[in-house]
Amino acid sequence: MTLSPTALRQGARKTIMFVIAFGLVAGAWEGYKAIGPERSSKVFGWKIIPSASDQAMPHIGSMFSRLAKPEVRGNGTTIFHAVALATWYSFRVALFALVLGVIVGLLLGVVMARFRITERALMPYLIVSQTIPLIALAPVLVSWSGRLKPFGFQFEKWMTAAMLGSFLAFFPIAVASVRGLKAVKPESLELLDSCAASWWQGLIKVRLPSSVPMLLPALKLSAANAVIGVLVSEISIGLKFGIGRLILSYSQDGSSDPAKVYTAIFGAAVLGLVMAGLVVVIERTLTRNRPKETAR
Amino acid sequence: MTAVEIRSLSKIFNADGANRVEALVDVNLDVAAGEFISLIGPSGCGKSTLLRLVGDLLTPTSGELTVNGKSAHQARMDQDYGMAFQQAGLFEWRNVQKNIELPLELKGWDKSKRAARAQEMLELVKLPEFARHMPWQLSGGMQQRIAIARALAAHPRLLLMDEPFGALDEMTREHMQDELLRICAETATTVVFVTHSIPEAVYLSDRVVVMSPRPGRITKIVETGLGKVRNEETRRSDTFHHRVIDVREALRGLHDDDARLIGREDR
Repeated sequence: MTLSPTALRQGARKTIMFVIAFGLVAGAWEGYKAIGPERSSKVFGWKIIPSASDQAMPHIGSMFSRLAKPEVRGNGTTIFHAVALATWYSFRVALFALVLGVIVGLLLGVVMARFRITERALMPYLIVSQTIPLIALAPVLVSWSGRLKPFGFQFEKWMTAAMLGSFLAFFPIAVASVRGLKAVKPESLELLDSCAASWWQGLIKVRLPSSVPMLLPALKLSAANAVIGVLVSEISIGLKFGIGRLILSYSQDGSSDPAKVYTAIFGAAVLGLVMAGLVVVIERTLTRNRPKETAR
Repeated sequence: MTAVEIRSLSKIFNADGANRVEALVDVNLDVAAGEFISLIGPSGCGKSTLLRLVGDLLTPTSGELTVNGKSAHQARMDQDYGMAFQQAGLFEWRNVQKNIELPLELKGWDKSKRAARAQEMLELVKLPEFARHMPWQLSGGMQQRIAIARALAAHPRLLLMDEPFGALDEMTREHMQDELLRICAETATTVVFVTHSIPEAVYLSDRVVVMSPRPGRITKIVETGLGKVRNEETRRSDTFHHRVIDVREALRGLHDDDARLIGREDR
C-alpha cells in the first residue's frame, strides 16, 4: 500500500486530533484537581463530589514518571518494562481469542446461512450465550480444561482465557455473517446457477466477498470484545503475566502508590488501540479496491 | 440443428395455493442453432419465466424441454449457457478481468488460460485496455459490455439475456445492439433475448416471439427477414418498419391495457 499525499494529510490530522483529545482529558483531570475538594463530599446525601487528593487522583505527570521507576522497591526492572511485557502477553492472548472467535463465528454463520433450520435452532442459544456473565463461566471452563485432556493434550491457563475471550468475540461475526451470506443479489445467484457452480464455490467466490462490508463493523465489535473478554478472564481465572492481572495487583498498592495502577491502565488502553489499529489495517486491505460508499 | 426444443411446456406457480399463477401454458417453440430469438410481451406474460425454464433456473410443471439435444439440467451442468441480466451484476471486489474469468474459474481452467481468454473477450467487446479497472470505475454501458463478455467467456452455445439493455440510454442501447449482433455473428452463438422494446426486438432478431399474459402463452411469431447484415440502413428500411408494425399489431391483439403498456415503452 502506497500512501498518497491526501492519505498522509489525513493521517497527520488524525494524529493531531488524538493529541488534542488527550490534552483535553488531561486538562479536565488536572483542572478538577486544582479546584476540587481534598475530601469527597455529599450533595443531598449522595457522595457525588469526588476527592481531588493525590491519593484519589494522582497527577498525570506522576503517572508517567511512575513508568520510569522500578516496579517494586529494590527491583531492577522499571514499571514500564513490566507493563509493556504484560500488555504484549495479553495482546497475544486477545489476538488468539479474536482469531478463534472469527473462525467459530464464520463457521456458525455459514452453517446457519446454508441450512435454514439451523438458524432457527441455533440463534436463540447464541443470544442466550451472550447473557451469561463471563465471571460465571470462567470457573466452569477452568475446571473443565483442568480435567479434560483430549488425546493427552493439556490445556494451559492462557488458552482458557483465550476461549473466554472468543466466547464474546464470535457473536458479532456469527450474526453479521449469517445476514451477509444470505444478502446476495438474486441475479448473482442466478449467474452462479447458470454456471453450474456448487454451493461451496458460490460461498468462496461470491457469498463471502459480498458480505465483507457487513463483516467489517462486526470485526470491530469482536476485537473490542476479545480484549475485554481476555482482561476480565485473566482476573477471574487468576492468569498471571497479563495486563488484566496487573491492573488488579497494582490497584492493591493504591493506598501507598496511587499512580501505579494508572500505568497498568495505560497498558490496557494501548492494547485496545493496537487491536483497533489491526482491525483498521484489515479493513483497508479488504476494501482497497471497493467503491468508497460500500467500503464503509 | 435445433438448439432449443420446447413442447407443450407449462409452468404454474403455487399450483395448490390460493395465489395460483399460470405463468406459462402450453408453449411450443423451436430455436435453431445460431438463431437470434426475442421474447416480447407485457409484464406477466411469462417471458422471463420462459427464459429461466430454458436456463434450468426454474423447473417446468409439465411439458418437454431439450437444449442441444439434452435436458436443460444436463445442459446447465455442461455449462452450455451464458447469462446476462438487466443489471450488469459485476462483482465489485473483482476487477474487470477477474469478473470475466469467473465462469472459467468455476469450470476449473488454469490461470494463464483464463487470462488469455479474458483478454480475448475484452477485445471482442472493444474494451481491451480496461482489464485492471474496477467495475465501479466504468459507465453503465461499459459494465454491460463486460457482463456480456463474462456471459460469453466460456464460449457457451446458448446465450440467455433478460432485458440486458433495459437500463441503458437510447444512444448506448443502439450501439450495444450493434455490438451484440457483431459478437453473436463472430461467435455463432444462439441467443434467446427478453425485451420490452419492439424496435429492439425486430432489429436484433431472426424471429420475434410475441407473448400474452393470463395465462402466459405465445400468440404470434414474427419472422423479421432482415438478413444477416444489420446497420443504420436496416433501421431506416421499409422491411424494418413493417415488421415493427407487425409486432405492434400482434401485441394490440392483446387486451387494450396491455397493448397500451407496450406502446408506451417503445417510444
